[in-house]
Amino acid sequence: METSLEEQFQQKIDQEIKIEPKDWMPEKYRQTLIRQISQHAHSEVVGMLPEGNWITRAPSLRRKAILLAKIQDEAGHGLYLYSAAETLGISRDEMYHQLHAGNAKYSSIFNYPTLTWADMGAIGWLVDGAAIMNQVPLCRTSFGPYARAMVRVCKEESFHQRQGFESLWVLSKGTDEQKRMCQDAINRWWWPCLMMFGPPDDESHNTIQSMQWKIKRFSNDELRQKFVDMIAEQIKILSMKLPDPDLKWNEEKKHYDYGKINWEEFWQVLKGNGPCNKERLDTRKKAWDDGAWVRDAATAYAVKKSNNQLNNSNSVYANLH
Amino acid sequence: MTTNEIENPLIKYLLHLADNALIIGHRNSEWCGHGPALEQDIALTNIALDQVGQARNFYQYAASLISDLNGEIITEDSLAYLRDSWDFKNCLLAELPNGDWAQTILKQFIVSVYQYYLYQALAQHENEKLAGIAAKSLKELSYHLRWSSDWVLRLGDGTQESKKRMQDAIAILWSYTKEWTDYVDYELNILGESIIAIQKNCEEKITAVFEEAGLTIPQDIWMHKGGKIGKHTEHLGYILSEMQFLQRAYPNVEW
Repeated sequence: METSLEEQFQQKIDQEIKIEPKDWMPEKYRQTLIRQISQHAHSEVVGMLPEGNWITRAPSLRRKAILLAKIQDEAGHGLYLYSAAETLGISRDEMYHQLHAGNAKYSSIFNYPTLTWADMGAIGWLVDGAAIMNQVPLCRTSFGPYARAMVRVCKEESFHQRQGFESLWVLSKGTDEQKRMCQDAINRWWWPCLMMFGPPDDESHNTIQSMQWKIKRFSNDELRQKFVDMIAEQIKILSMKLPDPDLKWNEEKKHYDYGKINWEEFWQVLKGNGPCNKERLDTRKKAWDDGAWVRDAATAYAVKKSNNQLNNSNSVYANLH
Repeated sequence: MTTNEIENPLIKYLLHLADNALIIGHRNSEWCGHGPALEQDIALTNIALDQVGQARNFYQYAASLISDLNGEIITEDSLAYLRDSWDFKNCLLAELPNGDWAQTILKQFIVSVYQYYLYQALAQHENEKLAGIAAKSLKELSYHLRWSSDWVLRLGDGTQESKKRMQDAIAILWSYTKEWTDYVDYELNILGESIIAIQKNCEEKITAVFEEAGLTIPQDIWMHKGGKIGKHTEHLGYILSEMQFLQRAYPNVEW
């Protein structure tokens, strides 16, 4: 009767009824979601590192507070995404294990270094901007817990994007050195951000099935185009340039044309050869390993406490008799 | 800039409060992304954020007083970013390196205890502005105190390893704990008689939590001091050189 369950499942999807954790679902749907949600959660957590790199060097107390709050939001996103993935029957520890063993991915964008303060603005504006393009459609994704988590994530991300833009705007109106810093950051982050949407549609194996299950609603290339169109306009306000000589408005298509993406770089970073892959993963592993005795202590203490409560309630029970 | 020649005790006191909050906040922020569990990463980052916020409130108040006094425009950022270590008035404990989670927890617990009972007293101060900032911070402090006390209990009464690490942390840090209640002139000027109650409350709280956690307080050991009058450890210079880098490298610009 597998087929009829499959059919019922697809009917629900077609009628835009959300799939909830206890509903029947094809194993591949479950696995696809675990992969995607955990990858998303890992991206939030690994993504704390490149920005965390500038907390202690933030140039004003206001910027420091904004940056701390932003990274804290990201940790919070990681938390709800791990929880959403847990509803599919995988534990957070298992997901960490997959990350640390190199079996689960996170967004390759975080394998690039943050070299100047302007990178904080560029990450907010471009990286979070690209993330929002990917994530807004996920608020309507077919799996309920993921969709609901994304509603909150998207609200906070769009706030981050405005903050990032504002931070670059201040630099763009500043001294020559600040302008140079701003342009340099845009130059370094632009192409990796275009890669965030994933390989071109004709090379993306996961797209067709995910579209049918409404996990995904737009193709990689469609989202990438939307992003280019948005940023190509916003950059005018900064009086900066995108590092693409082929970027040009196409009146016929009503979209911007853009140059060729270096997919070789994309695959290399994905394989682990980006500038910070090793460092990011080592940092996460170290945090996890160094924290082992802390987590053990917390668990041991919680067990003692609940045993004590149990003993106390037993003795109350004994007294009643 | 230097604020060393300023004699006004209120300004000195505000800088002392601000520096404590900023420097311990700086240390806590170093944990961001490196915590032992995601929830605790969030908690400690949240505490760091509160501390930076408290520092800003005290700096802003101090800056307005200094501006009135000197006629030059001083901001929260000139106070945080353009003073050298001899001008900083934070307690030494705040600037010590984080060490492991046990040392960080112990530091944060001690700081939280002293700040909590101090702000509680300051919230009643006749200077309404100071009282207002203290009252606002007190809400945050009650969380910091609860969070850090819970962790002292967990580590003290958790596993053998956690107990040992906690006791090691005490051995490393205890000689930096007395400075908090070893009052200097500008503090006595602002706090007056209330120091007696503050001191008593702090000692009782620390003793109670340590007792419940099964931790031993060292007796009769040498106690370091000097931070409040600008005599720091070598660590503060490195904190400042990192924190102040952009303001120093690109002076007089907006960020």
